[in-house]
Amino acid sequence: MKTLLQLEDVHSGYGLIEVLKGLNLTVGEGEIVAVLGANGAGKSTMLMTISGINQCRQGRILFNGEPIQNQPPHEIVHHGISQAPEGRRIFPRLTVRENLEMGAFQRANDEALRTGVEQVFATFPILKERQTQLGGTLSGGEQQMLAISRALMARPKLLLLDEPSLGLAPMIVTKIFDIIRDINRQGTTILLVEQNANMALHVAQRGYVLETGKIVLEDTAEHLIKNEQVKKSYLGG
Amino acid sequence: MSGSEIFLQQLIIGLSNGMIIALIALGYTMVYGIIELINFAHGDLFMLGSFAALTVVGLLGLDHLAAGAPGMWSGLFLMLLIVPLFCGSLNWLADRFAYRHLRDSTKLAPLVSAIGLSFVFMNIGLLWGGVPMNVFGLGRSAASPKDFPALVSNVNLLGQSAVEFTTKDLMVFVITLPLMVLLTWFVKGTRAGKAMRAVAQDRVAARLMGIPVDRVIGQTFLIGGALAGVASVVSSVYNNTIYFQMGYRAGVDAFTAAVFGGIGSLPGAVLGGLVIGLARAMCDQYLETRWTNVLVFTVLILVLVFRPQGLLGARAKEKV
Ligand SMILES: Nc1ncnc2c1ncn2[C@@H]1O[C@H](COP(=O)(O)OP(=O)(O)OP(=O)(O)O)[C@@H](O)[C@H]1O
Ligand SMILES: [Mg+2]
Repeated sequence: MKTLLQLEDVHSGYGLIEVLKGLNLTVGEGEIVAVLGANGAGKSTMLMTISGINQCRQGRILFNGEPIQNQPPHEIVHHGISQAPEGRRIFPRLTVRENLEMGAFQRANDEALRTGVEQVFATFPILKERQTQLGGTLSGGEQQMLAISRALMARPKLLLLDEPSLGLAPMIVTKIFDIIRDINRQGTTILLVEQNANMALHVAQRGYVLETGKIVLEDTAEHLIKNEQVKKSYLGG
Repeated sequence: MSGSEIFLQQLIIGLSNGMIIALIALGYTMVYGIIELINFAHGDLFMLGSFAALTVVGLLGLDHLAAGAPGMWSGLFLMLLIVPLFCGSLNWLADRFAYRHLRDSTKLAPLVSAIGLSFVFMNIGLLWGGVPMNVFGLGRSAASPKDFPALVSNVNLLGQSAVEFTTKDLMVFVITLPLMVLLTWFVKGTRAGKAMRAVAQDRVAARLMGIPVDRVIGQTFLIGGALAGVASVVSSVYNNTIYFQMGYRAGVDAFTAAVFGGIGSLPGAVLGGLVIGLARAMCDQYLETRWTNVLVFTVLILVLVFRPQGLLGARAKEKV
């Protein structure tokens, strides 16, 4: 399998605090890779560093073999990496449709925009119904669908998802994970950060466990589900 | 003039000046909306625009033409291109070199830069007033107010009526109103405008979407500055006098207008501009001119104390 994303000894943090302390991780083309970790382990920091929001202080981030660390975020989106961030961060006073348009900002061309929006509406009929409604007035589940769709509008090769199940009812969570599987089947590689380890390991092929800024465990999802340590810490015994 | 005629007259004067204040207020509110900076140098940018306008008048020799002469309109048109371009670029440069580096520091840092820049601009205005051109009043002190020639005639469009609505008043509305419509369309309907709103609402999310945030902020400064430039031309032609400290008063008026309407809100800035323009005119007439600035400051303080989100700012404030 071809390696799409590779993190080599990545260091990152905030001010004097070092959060990522030499992170190594790879994502192969076509995979879903899950990253598990307790609160504050540095999962979001990792995604934000890949996206170019946080500075990569040391180490390299390779995408398709090319170093992309510390490039401006819009260049990284242009390379083909987009993110649905933690907390969704929908633009509250833009309409649903405008939110989607912003996701396609790097593509710019009207035709691409229209087909992109049509595809999203085909997958999420609810968003079509709500297209003129302000983003901030959507329910949590709808907002998560919008956040994922908005990230997909960039036609990414790699989609970064930060806790897509956060704060959602179990039924919606199942739906969101079905969608994640579908997106992957259609050819998008996914790096998924989750608290909901059970769900994450069921859609992912491989997984990593992140503890205080370092990868402490790496295996196939199948093995991780059965791993005693993972069971105890992340699967609720 | 009867009582009601006097009132009507002040209404016209107040609305005309209000439209000019609104243009400046739009620049405050746009910049605040996107980076939460109160751009204290904005009033002084307006002042520099007025000096640029007078320079163009001198270079084109417009001061030798009779008001309303054919060459005058093309001259005015040219000024409306050059001066906004000048002010817009200057504002863009201010962002590029004075504010951009401070984007991720405390909010106080760019604020202090803005105050500093305000002094820099004011002193440039003082220097500019000493330029040896006839229009700057050769031989008079650089600091003295400059006469801005009457480029547009004072003909009363209402004929024999005691209330005057002159060609100058008409000019103010003909220039400012379409501009406001254009701005609304730009912000609501274009990709760049939507990106501006996206950046204002969540800068990190905007970055994640691939929006080049610094460029969008730069565009906001460019547009806000250009609007101040239009205000410079219109105000100079309307009020016929400029001086290097005029940016201070214009700044306070426009800032108050922006806060009154709800800082960050475009319709709010226009509404606030009109209210402040009218309040000034009415105070000049019915109280005393010397109380007018006091009135504006009082409005500012009252709004800040009792309704800091302003009249139309309720939604703009619920920032996540
Ligand atoms: N903007 C920030 N400034 C300073 N410290 C921060 C900032 N954001 C995160 N941190 C710190 O960095 C560490 C890692 O945070 P991060 O958000 O990456 O964790 P996480 O694994 O995503 O946690 P969670 O599961 O709660 O989302 C935490 O200790 C946090 O306090
Ligand atoms: Mg997190």
